[in-house]
Amino acid sequence: MKIKFYIIFLYAFFINLPAIAHHNEFNIFLIENSENIIKSSAKTVDSILRDVQSFDDEIVSKFLELWKSKSLYYIKDTKQVVIVNDNNESFDAIEIDGFTRIGNYSKKEIKKIKPNSGVRAKIDSLLVKYQISNSDINVRRKSLDSLKRNIQPEHLAVLQDAYINESDAELKTAIDRLLKFAIIKYSDSNDKKLEIIESFKGDTAIEIRASLNQLLNSSEVKVGISLPDNKNIARVIVPGFTIKNSNGTSGTTNFFNEDVEISINDAYDKLYANNLVYKKRVTPEELKKILEQNTIGDTIGGYSISSLDNEQSRIAAYNKLVVNNLAPPFISENKINEEVNKFIFYSVYNDTSSEVTNAALNTLASINFRVQIYKYIDLFIDGLSLASIYFLGAIGLAITFGVMRVINMAHGEFIMMGAYTGYVVQQFISNHTLSLLVALPLAFIITFIAGVIMERLVIRHLYRKPLDTLLATFGISIALQQIAKNIFGTQARPLTSPSWLDGSLSLSDDLSISYIRIAIFILSLIFLGLLLFVMNRTRLGLETRAVTQNPVMASNMGINPERINMLTFGFGSGIAGIAGIAIGLFSKVTSELGSEYIVQSFMTVVVGGVGNIWGTLAGASLIGFLQKFIEWFNPSNTLAAQTYMIIFIILFIQFRPKGIVALKGRAADD
Amino acid sequence: MTNSINDLLARHTLIFTIVVVIFSLFITFFSEPYGNGLISTSFVKTLGKTVCLCIIALAMDVVWGYCGILSLGHFAFFGLGGYMIGMWLMYERTAIIVQEAATNELLPLTETELSNAIGNQIFGVVGGYDIPSIWMFADSLGLQLILVIAVPGILAFIFGWLAFRSRVTGVYLSILTQALTLALSLYLFQNDSGLRGNNGLSGLQNIPGIEYLGQEIISIGFFWASCIFLIFIFLLFHSLMKSKFGLIITSIRDNETRVRFLGYNVEIYKLFIFVLTAIISSIAGALYYPQAGIINPAELAPIASIYLAVWVAIGGRGKLYGAIIGAAFVSLFSSWFTGGQAPDIPLGIFTIEWVNWWTVLLGFGFVIITIFSENGIIGFLRNIFVKEK
Repeated sequence: MKIKFYIIFLYAFFINLPAIAHHNEFNIFLIENSENIIKSSAKTVDSILRDVQSFDDEIVSKFLELWKSKSLYYIKDTKQVVIVNDNNESFDAIEIDGFTRIGNYSKKEIKKIKPNSGVRAKIDSLLVKYQISNSDINVRRKSLDSLKRNIQPEHLAVLQDAYINESDAELKTAIDRLLKFAIIKYSDSNDKKLEIIESFKGDTAIEIRASLNQLLNSSEVKVGISLPDNKNIARVIVPGFTIKNSNGTSGTTNFFNEDVEISINDAYDKLYANNLVYKKRVTPEELKKILEQNTIGDTIGGYSISSLDNEQSRIAAYNKLVVNNLAPPFISENKINEEVNKFIFYSVYNDTSSEVTNAALNTLASINFRVQIYKYIDLFIDGLSLASIYFLGAIGLAITFGVMRVINMAHGEFIMMGAYTGYVVQQFISNHTLSLLVALPLAFIITFIAGVIMERLVIRHLYRKPLDTLLATFGISIALQQIAKNIFGTQARPLTSPSWLDGSLSLSDDLSISYIRIAIFILSLIFLGLLLFVMNRTRLGLETRAVTQNPVMASNMGINPERINMLTFGFGSGIAGIAGIAIGLFSKVTSELGSEYIVQSFMTVVVGGVGNIWGTLAGASLIGFLQKFIEWFNPSNTLAAQTYMIIFIILFIQFRPKGIVALKGRAADD
Repeated sequence: MTNSINDLLARHTLIFTIVVVIFSLFITFFSEPYGNGLISTSFVKTLGKTVCLCIIALAMDVVWGYCGILSLGHFAFFGLGGYMIGMWLMYERTAIIVQEAATNELLPLTETELSNAIGNQIFGVVGGYDIPSIWMFADSLGLQLILVIAVPGILAFIFGWLAFRSRVTGVYLSILTQALTLALSLYLFQNDSGLRGNNGLSGLQNIPGIEYLGQEIISIGFFWASCIFLIFIFLLFHSLMKSKFGLIITSIRDNETRVRFLGYNVEIYKLFIFVLTAIISSIAGALYYPQAGIINPAELAPIASIYLAVWVAIGGRGKLYGAIIGAAFVSLFSSWFTGGQAPDIPLGIFTIEWVNWWTVLLGFGFVIITIFSENGIIGFLRNIFVKEK
């Protein structure tokens, strides 16, 4: 072991003679400056950091790294700066070059060097220079990351050099971007800034927006007798009146935004804090407190306590106390207004050049425009997927309603049955893709049978009494819901989607579409195609359309309406079952799953117009997009969005009572 | 016997009045404050609430059984009535509590301090302390009582006017009323609706000004008020439906187009019935919720209105006492079964627990009644009676 060490030492000694020479010089440097290294302060550290740069890059970066990370020690006697090997009881002190062992010391003889945070920051910024030009790409990458978090003015030059020397293309663009941010933030040259700000136009990266916003930061409210000439004024603030716009300019209060930037009272307090007025404002709470402290019997300042139940009498009593020097003077509302009006309140941008800030505002506006477009696209996709869900939920209902004029309140429960079918199948088939493939037809079959049974047992007896059907199917609905609750319990059951449906398609920082939405959209497209095919190209569809348009005539032509009714009802219910699986994939399966969608589904049918696939599509699109559109105005409140949407639908029905696609001909008169 | 039970009851509204009065006296003489306490205060409250449900069932019967409008929104009006009276109850009670608390302080409260303290008490749960502007009349019982009538009345008027004008009928109208109910309950569910969102209004059983009377006396008072209002509404609807106006209403149900062709303005009649029943539902709600003690948006959910239709259908629509029997019967049975008081039925390997299976029974029972007896229990009894004759 020792021999090996010795050989390495010899090797280093002979092959790398100049380096050793440097090391020696460096040791001398350490000894000369040991005092300031051990007890460093933000003042003394500058000279060391300046001088140290004359040495070899490798040793300097190692030294800085160790110093910053509190890994340097010193021997108390000699004040020699060393690194140590911890042997539990004692320290092996080694010179910073890592080769020369100095000796073994007890723990009391050696002390750690702990630079304070100010010193560490300075070390760090110098260290960056060494790291960013390091030959190891990982070191460079890491140092760039740490630079991103905390960039300082002194890094400008370092980054410029690094950009020129960088060989890795990816890293080079990253450095370039960081350099641009640094220039915007710290450069003295407005031309450079303008050029860069101009180049940012249309780039929606979040960090660019952050950097521009930082440039335009103007949150601090300043006050003065007049507007300063030499400052880059962001806005003039009228206390109690103006609001702060998102771009830093001031606007007037409006219906949507009632929060003024600074209230008159706060403005007065600011004046007092800045020594622009000499009397402190007495707040109502302070006033009350002082009054209470000066109670004499039943009176305060000559006023009886019971009379002090309004602001005016309280102020009057307080003013009595002021006259008797028992309280600081009260500043009346008028006086506060008067004082505040004497001064002008404003806010300045961080950047002093109005040219730069205007350019930044411009660029930000162009970026925001693009972001806005992304948001519209996102909104469109949201609406599209909601419309798909409503379409899936409502299309079965639309068919039964159109053909039989039967409102099936239990339709929601068929959706629920489908979702539970999916859940149960997953309990037996653990492969989610396979179980989905099994569950889809199975859900259709189960709900088809349930629908046919319901039609035979209940609906058949209630033809021509649509309101009775509505209530009877409601009875079935609550019974089915309760049965599901009794079997599966009240807690939500998961219907897990296959892993290939997880995740999302990311198009930009602001725009990503989850795969499940795409899948549901495709599923509803498939259904649309399937239904169009069945209704327009098959015998069943032909007969169904005939019964829809005129049941008596259809039966005269040899169509058995009973059979058609039964099949249609089963078919509509079956589709509800499949819709249930689709809905269950993105929301939890509970016994109330169906009832959540039933009213929307009804409205989809009513708005779209009965008995027409295109009508249902139009209805679902209108409701889906409308709901998302209203939500967009107030994203925190989906409940309000639904409320307004329903009101809209009620009004819509006024103008098109038969829905968007109205049935024409005699059948329409029913 | 020439008169069926039906005719006897229908002709002699006096009998109905006497039955209700005797029932009320009976309850009173077995109640805790005025009798031997055989009937507990909570049961008196349950009965009082049931009477209120009978009132709204009457309204539902008139609008659906007589006029043919299957409204799935009348329970929303019921809830609105509860909210309107609840605002006064809650505001006044909070004001009393705040003022009592303020007596410990040296200075009397200013108006701002008072309203801030009340606002903080009431709206603290939804993260606010400003009293919303819809509460501006909450300190006045008289104004708030007017709102009990005005708010549902105006809402029903606007909705009915829009719907009837464009001749939305049948299931379309039912769906629309259901949508209206859903919209209303969703709106109330919001925290910033100004009505405490999901939390609803609570503590309504404490009537400001007469708390010293105690719940046992207040409950009897509300029970009597509900019974008297029930009699009043029964007499009102009975005479209304027996009049020429009532004939037109039933004709509209049977064939709207023909009545229109006879020169009647069908829309006005329907609108009148819709608004009248909405207002009566609201008053019933204003009587109900002080007995229930709490109201929240879930009470207004569409399903409640459908249940209302179910009660009327089970009892027998188109007959006023049918609605009363249906509402009383089903709501009392429901609370008995779901309250866990009904004995479970062991079937060897499986025990039927009524808490879980009552709704199933109700649902399927309702389907059977709808299919086999169009006029509910009343129609069923009458069929038997006619056959015996």
